[in-house]
Order: sequence, then C-alpha cells, then structure tokens
Amino acid sequence: MSYELLTLIWFLLIGVLLIGYTILDGFDLGVGILHPFVAKSDIERRLVINSIGPLWDGNEVWLVTFGGALFAAFPNAYATVFSSFYEAFHLLLACLIGRAVSLEFRSKVHSPKWKTYWDVSFFLSSLLASVLLGVAGGNVLAGMKLGPDFHYNGSLLDQLTWYPLLVGLLTTSLFALHGAIYLYMKTEGDLQRRVEANILKLFFVFAAMYVIVTVATILHVPHATDNLKDYPWLWIVPIANALAVLNIPRAMHLGRPGYAFFSSAMVILALALLFAVAIFPNFVISNIDPAFTVTLENARSSPATLKNMLIIAVVGIPCVLSYTVVIYWIFRGKVKLDSASY
Amino acid sequence: MDVELLSRLQFAGTIMFHYLFPPLSIGLGLQLFLCELAFNWTKNPVWESAARFWTRVFAVNFALGVATGIVMEFEFGTNWAAYSRFVGDVFGSALAAEGIFAFFLESGFLAVLVFGWDRVGPRFHLFSTAMVFLGSVFSAVWIVVANSWQQTPAGYEIVWNEIQGKQVPRAEVTDFWAMVFNPSSVDRLTHTLMGAFVLGAFFVASVSAYYLLKNRHRDFAKKCLAISLPSALLFSFLSAITGHDSAQKLVETQPAKLAAMEAHFHSSDEPTGLTLFGWPDAQQEEIYFDVKVPRLLSFMVYNDLETPVPALDQIPADERPPVWIPFQMFHLMVGLGTAMLALAALAVFLRYKGSLESWRWVLWGLVFSPVAAMVANQAGWITAEVGRQPWIVYPSVQGGVEMMGLRTSDGLSESVVASQVVSSIIMFGIIYSLLFAIWIFVLNAKIKHGPDSVEEMQRLKAEHRDESMRESIGHSGRSFGGSMMEDAGE
Repeated sequence: MSYELLTLIWFLLIGVLLIGYTILDGFDLGVGILHPFVAKSDIERRLVINSIGPLWDGNEVWLVTFGGALFAAFPNAYATVFSSFYEAFHLLLACLIGRAVSLEFRSKVHSPKWKTYWDVSFFLSSLLASVLLGVAGGNVLAGMKLGPDFHYNGSLLDQLTWYPLLVGLLTTSLFALHGAIYLYMKTEGDLQRRVEANILKLFFVFAAMYVIVTVATILHVPHATDNLKDYPWLWIVPIANALAVLNIPRAMHLGRPGYAFFSSAMVILALALLFAVAIFPNFVISNIDPAFTVTLENARSSPATLKNMLIIAVVGIPCVLSYTVVIYWIFRGKVKLDSASY
Repeated sequence: MDVELLSRLQFAGTIMFHYLFPPLSIGLGLQLFLCELAFNWTKNPVWESAARFWTRVFAVNFALGVATGIVMEFEFGTNWAAYSRFVGDVFGSALAAEGIFAFFLESGFLAVLVFGWDRVGPRFHLFSTAMVFLGSVFSAVWIVVANSWQQTPAGYEIVWNEIQGKQVPRAEVTDFWAMVFNPSSVDRLTHTLMGAFVLGAFFVASVSAYYLLKNRHRDFAKKCLAISLPSALLFSFLSAITGHDSAQKLVETQPAKLAAMEAHFHSSDEPTGLTLFGWPDAQQEEIYFDVKVPRLLSFMVYNDLETPVPALDQIPADERPPVWIPFQMFHLMVGLGTAMLALAALAVFLRYKGSLESWRWVLWGLVFSPVAAMVANQAGWITAEVGRQPWIVYPSVQGGVEMMGLRTSDGLSESVVASQVVSSIIMFGIIYSLLFAIWIFVLNAKIKHGPDSVEEMQRLKAEHRDESMRESIGHSGRSFGGSMMEDAGE
C-alpha cells in the first residue's frame, strides 16, 4: 500500500472517529443543554438523565480514541492543534469533567439543593462544551496564526472572533436539536409532549444558523470552497446536507422520530464531510504564510506506523461496533427508572 | 517560574490525582468479579447484594478515573507539543491502541455492569463484569507499554525529516512488537497490576473490617473478607517479587535511576550495601543518618555478594536525576509493601484460626490499609518518573548504535507561556480539590449506608418487576411507586 493511500485512509479514519464522536456525544450534550427546559419534576429529571445514563461514557470514548489516533497518525497536527488551543482545550476538559461528575454524583445524596447544584453544573458544562467544540472547528476552518515550525502566534482572544463563535452557535443548536429528537424517542407522556414542543423551535434556530454560517463561510473563508470548484462531484455533499436538514421536520411530521434522529445524525455527518472537504489536504492553514500550514504530508507518521495502526483498526473496529450495537440494543426502548438508575 | 518547572508540576499534579482512581478500579474490578462469580456459583443472595454494593462504589471511582484520564491524554498535546512531535509515531500508537482495545470495551460493558442488573441475566452480567475488568487491564497494558518505552526505548530508529526546509529528528517505529515488549514493559506491567490488585483487595478488606468492628452487615463482611484477605496476601507477595525483578533490570537499563533510588553516590571496588533509611544530600554527595546492610544491594542486584553496583559518579553530572525524592519514595514504597504483606499474612492466619474478630487492632489495621496501598502505588510511580529525569525519552542503544534521547526540557510546547500553564494549574487545582472532597464524601456516604440487606434487595427487585409489567400493559410515564412520588414532591 502506498504512503499516499495510507495517509488518505488515516485522514478518513480520523474523520470517522470525529464524526462518531459528534453524532453520539452530540445527542447527550444536547440532552444536557435541554434538560432544564423540558423536565419539571425530579422524576422527569431522572428520566432525562437516565436516557443517556448507560451511553454517555461510551460516547465520550470516541473523542479519546480520536485524540489517540490523531496523536499516532498525524503527530504534528495533534501537537499544533492542542498547544494552540491551550486555554480553550483546558476549558473543554473542565466541561467534560463537569458533565461526568454531575451525572455520577447527582443522585448520590437525597437533598434538593445538592441535586439542583449538579443540574446546573450539567447544563452549563454541556452548553459550554458544545460551544467550544464549534469554536475550535470554526478556527480550524478559517485558519490560524501559525508561524514557522508550527508555532502558534495568537492568543485565546484571536480564537473568539465572530466567525468561530457563529460556528459555535451552529453546533450548539444542532446538538440541542439532535438531543431533543433523541429525548422524544426515549420518553412518553407529558415529558414527551414538552420535548416535542421544543423540536420545531430548535429546528428553526438551527436552520437559521445553518444559512447564516453558510453565507459567512462563503464570504469569510473563500478557500473553503476551492475543492468544490475543482471537483464538482463533491457538490453531492452540500446537497445531501440540505436534504437531510429538510428531512428532519418531514420525518417528525410523519410521526417517525427514529427517521428524524437518523436525519439529524446525517446532518452532522454531512457537515463533518463538508468540513473535511473544506480543509483537505491541510489540517490547519496558516494565516501568516501558506508555507507554515500543517498539511497531511508534513503532519503524518511513518508508513510503518500508519500500517501497524491500520491493522489495529481493522482488528479493533469490528469489535467496537459489535459491542456498541449490543449495548444500544440492551438499553433500547423508552427510558424507565429501576433499582440501578442514577 | 519557568515553563518547564510549571509544566512538570502540572503534569505531576494531574497524573497523581488521576492515579488515585485507575488502580482502585482495576483492583476493585477483580474483587467485584470474584463476588459475582461466587454468586453465580452458589446462588447465595448475600453475594449478589455484595456485588451490587461494590458496583456502586466501583462506578463512582470509575467515573472519576475516566474524567481525569481525558485530561492526561490531551496534555501531551497542550503542554508537551515538542515531545509529541518527537514520539508521536511510537507513543501515539500505544495510546490509540488503548482507545480501541481498552476504553470501548470498558465503557461499553460498564453500562451493563452498572445499569443492567434488572435488564440482563446473571450470567451475562457476570460476563460484562469480566469484560470491564479485562478492559481496565488492557488499559494498564497499553499505558505501561507506552511509559516503559520512554524508559527503555526499543524497536525504533531516529529519522531526520525535512520539515519547512529544516532537518527535524523524530523516533519512528521499526519493529512494533519490539517496541511493545521493550526491556522493561513486562516487569513494570506486572508490578503495576499487582499494586492495583493489592489496593483493591485491601479496600474490600478495609470496608469489611470496619463493618465487623461496628457489628453491622456481618454476613456481607465475612463473605467479602473470605475473598479479599487471601487476595491481599497473594498479591502483596507477588508485588514484592515483581518489584524485585523490575529493580534488577535497572542496573542495565537505567543505572542512574537505581543509584538515585539507593542514594549510592560513590563507586568503589567493594561490594555494595543496601541503605535501609537515611537522608541523602545530593549537593554534598553524602547520606546522613543512614542504616546500611553490607553487601545486600550487590546480592539483590546481581544475586551474588561481591559485584559492586555502579554509583552516580559514573553518570555525567548533567544526566543525573534528583536523589532525595526517588530515594525516599522508593523506601516508602518498599516499607509500606512489607508492612502490608505482614498485615495480610497475620490477618489470613487469624481468620484461618477463627479468631480474627478478637484481634481488634488487626481489624483497625485493615481499615487503614488502603491508604498505605494508595501511598505505595503513588510512591512507586514517583520513583519511576523522577528517577528517569532529566530524560523524557531515555537515550538507548539499538543494534549497537547509540540513539539520542529527549530531555524533558526539550519536550515542552514551543508556543505555550508560563501564565497559561499557571492558569491551568489554578483551574485544575480548584476542580480537583472539589472533586476530591466530593469523592471522599460520596464514598463515605456509600460505606455508611452499606450494602442492601437481602430482604431489601429482593423487595426492590420485585417492585421494579411489578412496575415494568404494569407499564408494559399500557400505563404511561407517571406510574411510579409511592416512595418515588414523594421524591417528586420535593
């Protein structure tokens, strides 16, 4: 297998891990953002939290594995991205810790104050994590202040400009929508009706953000559409994206929430593919001088490592998928509280 | 303060805090599996209530291990970017393998372990427990492999690549299995795992001994002691053996670390003695208040009473590790290990004689033993990590060729400044202090509450069975038992 092909395969596999993470953790982040607005009593809160109870931890593993795989396959990209996003990443880590412990500790003490505290912490950390993930994506898309030897010359304030923040709002609204559809599938009765009332609102917010970010990207990040110009067949991605977006209200109207959830997952997939099309063949474009850009070629590992890792992936991924399916199957259906719930 | 010191402090702090949890998860996972195995074997419901109790403790601990572990993975990129560029080809693949082979397995089956009691049969539940335990062991395998490669690198070469017109060196894998089975990985892995098993066993013994002292949950406590005490003895013994093997390897692979652990400053032609206690001073190259056993170190390292062990003066001055910390931490670990071995042996003997309960100080010793095990685990890692300074990747010889190492000071992120590291230290300091307090508080609450009695457990199970039956006939979300309705009124 040629070095070029191995590199391309790993670019795709890294993408698969990131897409897996955003689709899966996307809905539990969304549930975290929504829960103060839809759940009215303690039982409802517990139902909402237990809808993701057995799953959120496994969802987060996709991010961890993405990090490990990026480290191994494209060490320069890993080192550059994480040292450039120093503060933002530490904040994201704080949010992920906050979510984990909020879920774990909330039900451990029977005091309303204790529970309220963890509910707030769960909401805020889910919200901030979603925004930060989008802001990071927006910065990578727009390019960063990379100097010679991949050294970042900017600061946190350079990362919080209008465009990345817009992308942050886009991901947040998308996760909230994705989480709402998931909750709709997992709940029943009054709680479900309250969730339903939010889905359409969230859809319009997301659709508006989608249009705004599309226009902003065309105006502000001209290089994002270069690959689309060079390879017109890639237009299939934005078209599929638009269709998936429109399919969400259609599927909900047809009374098929599973189909709607599939559609919102496809929206995430298509947006991630658009992102990949926009940056390829680079990881992080330097706004100072194109010569300082982190590319697939200068970031990749040796052919031997890419090959070893491919063997690891070929052995490991079918195992991962098979028990992921088993776990989701065991916990299928409407969420119920039992002796093991949070 | 400079970025290097700050980054080292940050890494040391976050990893020491993280390392409170994984060894306990691994050790407790084994004890939990044994309890459940006993339940599947005997069908005695006391074992089920024990397994359910330890699952709850396990889950809290596991969540903190995962939450603090994510930090570790990304810190290589945020704080040690130059190091990441240098070793990504090697170290990254071990980390990726951990994600694929360990984390997915653990987190997937953890869901069944914690939430699946009422959803899957006892056999599948036992299988899930085994998978979670296996996953945590795999995780240890890959992490210790990655760490050991830095200590005793193998299966790689240094390649100079042209990046942006400059020649930049990095380590590239030439032989994956030689990298995995580098000279220290097996010894260090077995010792690390034994340390975790010791901690888990003493943790279970501690809670059980506490209940016996307080005369509560006696059935549960006796059953758990029957498993945990023999485990504690066995694994303490195996810890000593594997530790000895690890230390013997050092004389070839990392003589500077061995000399630092023993505060062995001056070479001589005489056989080397073993220092039991002392206060080393690296400036004066002296050790004060020391108690020494002649010839013992020669014997322990070479299995003979004659061969002298190399000292720090054979290492160039700028490649010597600090001495005081590795010396004291190593001696602390060995001292605690010996004490735990003795305590476990005594407790097993007394239990066999049937008089454990009348020896209250032994029970109290067991109550505090997990602290000793935790400290010993930490001290072992500190010895290993401080003892390899100033190297982040040790220089080594591959096929007769001397390979460059990487100094810790050369591994830092180039674009990160001191104020950034300080702010992250403050943030993690606050978050971790809070977490530690809550962890102790919740653990204490769980232990105070204790396992559900068999009757209570069966009543709860029956209630939920009824409920799910009622719901499956068509009641919607609101049909919960009385006690839960009261909860809702809060």
